[in-house]
Amino acid sequence: MKVLLSWLREFAPFPVDDPAALGDVMSDLGMAVESIERIGEGLDGIIVARVLELRRHPDADKIQLVDVDTGDGAPLQICCGATNLSVGDTVPLATLGTVMPDGMEIARRRMRGEWSNGMLCSGRELGLGEDHSGILLLDTAVPLGTPIVEALGITPDVLFDLEINPNRPDAMSVAGVARDLAARLGLPFAIPDPTIEEIPGDVAGRISVDIIDPDLCGRFHARIIEGITIGPSPRHIADRLTALGMRPINNVVDASNYVMLELGAPNHTYDLATLPDGALRVRWARDGEPITTLDGVERRLTAGRDGVIADATDTAVGIAGVMGGAATEISSSTTTVLLECAWWQPMAIARSSKFMGLRSEASARFERGTDPEILDLAARRLAELLAPSGARLVAGAVTAEGSLPERAPVLVRTSRVNRLLGTDLDAGTIAGLLRPIGFVCDPAGEDWSVTVPPFRPDTTTETDIIEEIARHHGYSRIVGRVPTSTQTGALTPLQRDRRVLRQVLVGLGVHEAMPLPFLAPDDLARAGLPAGAVTLTNPLAAEESVLRTSLRPGLLRSVAYNESHRTEGASLFELGRVFGPPLAGAELPDEREHLAVILAGRDATAAVEVLEVLHRTLGLPPFDLDQQQVPAGLHPGRSAVVRIAGDVVGEVGEVDPAVLDAHDIGERTAWLQLDVAALMAHPHGEHAYRAISRYPSSDLDLAFETPDTIAAATLADALRRAVGGLLVDLALFDVFRSASLGEGSRSLAFRLRLQAPDRTLTDEDLAGVRAAAIAAAAPLGATLRG
Amino acid sequence: MIDDIERIRAAAPAAVEAASSVDELRAVEADLLGRRGSLTELKKGLGALDPDARREVGAALNLARGSIEELVEARRAALEGAERAAVIAAERLDLTERTGHRTRGALHLVTQTWDRLVDVFIGMGFTVAEGPEVETDWYNFEALNIPAAHPARGMWDTLYVDLGDPETVLLRTHTSPVQIRVMTETPPPIYAVMPGRVYRRDTADATHMPVFHQIEGLVIDRDISFADMAGTLEAFTSAYFGGSIHSRLRPSYFPFTEPSAEYDINCVFCEGSGCRTCSQTGWLELGGCGMVHPNVLRNVGLDGEEWTGFAFGFGLDRLALMRHGVDDIREMYSGDVRFLEQFPS
Repeated sequence: MKVLLSWLREFAPFPVDDPAALGDVMSDLGMAVESIERIGEGLDGIIVARVLELRRHPDADKIQLVDVDTGDGAPLQICCGATNLSVGDTVPLATLGTVMPDGMEIARRRMRGEWSNGMLCSGRELGLGEDHSGILLLDTAVPLGTPIVEALGITPDVLFDLEINPNRPDAMSVAGVARDLAARLGLPFAIPDPTIEEIPGDVAGRISVDIIDPDLCGRFHARIIEGITIGPSPRHIADRLTALGMRPINNVVDASNYVMLELGAPNHTYDLATLPDGALRVRWARDGEPITTLDGVERRLTAGRDGVIADATDTAVGIAGVMGGAATEISSSTTTVLLECAWWQPMAIARSSKFMGLRSEASARFERGTDPEILDLAARRLAELLAPSGARLVAGAVTAEGSLPERAPVLVRTSRVNRLLGTDLDAGTIAGLLRPIGFVCDPAGEDWSVTVPPFRPDTTTETDIIEEIARHHGYSRIVGRVPTSTQTGALTPLQRDRRVLRQVLVGLGVHEAMPLPFLAPDDLARAGLPAGAVTLTNPLAAEESVLRTSLRPGLLRSVAYNESHRTEGASLFELGRVFGPPLAGAELPDEREHLAVILAGRDATAAVEVLEVLHRTLGLPPFDLDQQQVPAGLHPGRSAVVRIAGDVVGEVGEVDPAVLDAHDIGERTAWLQLDVAALMAHPHGEHAYRAISRYPSSDLDLAFETPDTIAAATLADALRRAVGGLLVDLALFDVFRSASLGEGSRSLAFRLRLQAPDRTLTDEDLAGVRAAAIAAAAPLGATLRG
Repeated sequence: MIDDIERIRAAAPAAVEAASSVDELRAVEADLLGRRGSLTELKKGLGALDPDARREVGAALNLARGSIEELVEARRAALEGAERAAVIAAERLDLTERTGHRTRGALHLVTQTWDRLVDVFIGMGFTVAEGPEVETDWYNFEALNIPAAHPARGMWDTLYVDLGDPETVLLRTHTSPVQIRVMTETPPPIYAVMPGRVYRRDTADATHMPVFHQIEGLVIDRDISFADMAGTLEAFTSAYFGGSIHSRLRPSYFPFTEPSAEYDINCVFCEGSGCRTCSQTGWLELGGCGMVHPNVLRNVGLDGEEWTGFAFGFGLDRLALMRHGVDDIREMYSGDVRFLEQFPS
């Protein structure tokens, strides 16, 4: 909403000397000032001049030399880039020393060797509209040397651009902004009563309004204006509309818009001659009902959504609260107008304009809720604006009533006000804040029975009114205090675990990435993953239409991106949600938190190493790697399902080379994925103390020829179980294959560190361990190498 | 014998000096002083001498032994020093002559900011709550006092999920549904923050992403007032941004709070004096806040006469960008290692 200071001043005597301070007050009242524009400022020093001669610049094609007369008859040379000039034109000249509205100072300077003694200006350069196609051409009758402000009749003014919240329908008008501002500043506020002479006539006999659907229209106030002569609006009306962002059309349309902006009362004018019997019927539209709107578009309406105003033949002549119809539009031959000032059901207008994609200044106001009590004033104000052109308001009105919302008084408890705001306001102060903004406060003991003004339909409850009290008291005057939390602040165990996971990974040199969670329809297949993802109904683009079921497509894309930017070997992880179709009986998708690690340029063992470090740090029960089961999209010979106590908690290995090819990734790429909830479902986080023996330890190195079908981990587990309590560490330290070992097996060398808590080990102890280890390996087909 | 002793003593310096390593010196030492060394051999002849001669020769022997021992020790120290110097010279390393390097990874800027914010609120006694990113219309809108035809729905460009009836399941547009879940599941008093990922139907540009992050806070207790909200936000502002940065509240509108406010802070770049970032206003708009709307309390089954509360929320990504002077939000989500590695902490 834009407002002009001069217009505001028609309602209250606001000071003119400090617009910025006024703007601060508006912002503090919740009407945030987005910009303040000083109209007519910076135009001192710009005067009217006449073009005497146009000459070619000897040394430049795009500049011409213009000799102008500023009133003394002496030619003054200006260099000018515009081409719309002719000899005899009068134009605005910024004389030397002028500071333009954009801050540029005009100085005498040489352009390609020719002196320029000022600047000829376009409309935009003067801050007058957007036209920058050429120099602004003035009325030739203006005396030369006249200041441009005088020549154009520009009145200095201040334009505020305000951001109005949806709960401030009253602030969608100049008068409403003025009321709020005047209340805060303690200035008297009044909407002047229009001074017009009404001519006698039989309004009720000439027009009629029938509200068929009272849930659509709360009140329909109709009047007749005669003696219309269509023509341009007076300058000051056209200028104000332009300043507030509306295009002047003709005196009738402009007056209609002016009243809407000034009083927040959108209205509509019909050419009465086009309405059979002057009859209007207000009802919900029928399905598919046609209407051609003012913008020339033929539209089909929807029952239960759109409202119409129909004529005596029941043909729709307007879409209620949204836009009028072309058939009854004001034209150059219009002499008599039926003026509609109505109150429309806000929800109906919101729905209608939203689904039709038709938003207008009128619908924006109706959907927030307009003032049903201002209709008569608005009609008379419109007639007042048109009166200078000879238009006359016919005495008498037709007012049809539908259903209006009730405005029951609201009890506002002083104690509640102070309890909710943390203030110590007395009842008198509260009423003193409410009354200037139109709220009627009647005493009710310590409290007030408050009647909300009709222009505040948003305000219906005690809390709504408390907000008004807070607003006018001033948010900044409410003294802050910190409540004492009765709780202990802490992370949950899962939140702590996430920090551990992340710290381990960054410690291992892995960066955290956050690719977008949206996928293109074929991304899952490309990553070797099964179809069956949840999709979006209204994605911005097809490439962002699928919710990820895995973190893999996003991380693959990141690796590919890095590789294509010459960053090989990217190590990335992500901790984020993935989404599957809802589980049976669930309404929401199966949302899970995954941790994924991708290590470009590394093989599967690197991913297993990461898994081991995470596992050890978290202190989880032992995990198994099941290579019999190949996780989708991973390397069939280099990947495994990760299990803890039989539950699948993730997958580890390398990305399938075919998947890498599909992503143009040239490096071998290791992959680890864990389901965070599945992982943390197992006991973890307890690292129990194990006493360190004071007795010496002994190492036993054993190399076994082991069939390839037996995993190293399987043999290690068997050894661990067989050795039992004396084993403090077991490490695989050498693996080799050779011709002598033959196909299908390899040598696995383990170092067993043995130690007893209470004694030095004897040779017999070591011999026993050795024998037990050999015996445990035998059933696996592993034999000790000599 | 005295002559023999003198001869050995006189020859000793040359022999000791000739030893060019600690090992050679040990051999020389053995030749002279060892069990079968020349002085030792002489000493064995002492027994055959008369007591006077024995005393005289014995004294000479001891004198010679002492001086040779001194020579050997001096030589040993010199040789050991030279050997250590040689080893050290051979082991010299140019510490800048390195190939390859180890690095720590970096937490994402969003995570770093998230953790910092959460830590401040934990210090203020808040717990941290979470909820699903795909939500029902009830939790995301209805329960928050935003019914289906509410014009305020236009404030959020919602992405809907193709499940169930049209527009019933959606990607949460704010973390507020977590507030509803907390209020539904936990009896008051409640002091909680809800950081999380949110979604909007927005084309990515320098300041927008369809996916971004927020943190919201919720306090429900007896006699919680607007003053408590102002004080809490001021305390948070100073704790997070530094003591010279203050907050202010301006009237605003949100369907789920009343009274509602915009939450501004002093511009962290100019500290309030006015700069380009804050459009010369000295203030940055951080987020929104307000007293929890009575309808919201009713929707979660709380009695608004008994319990009152406030809620606040703001974007997390912008704080991350501001802290490091990143001018394009898309950089954070590109996965480009050259970006990620710039912020190791």
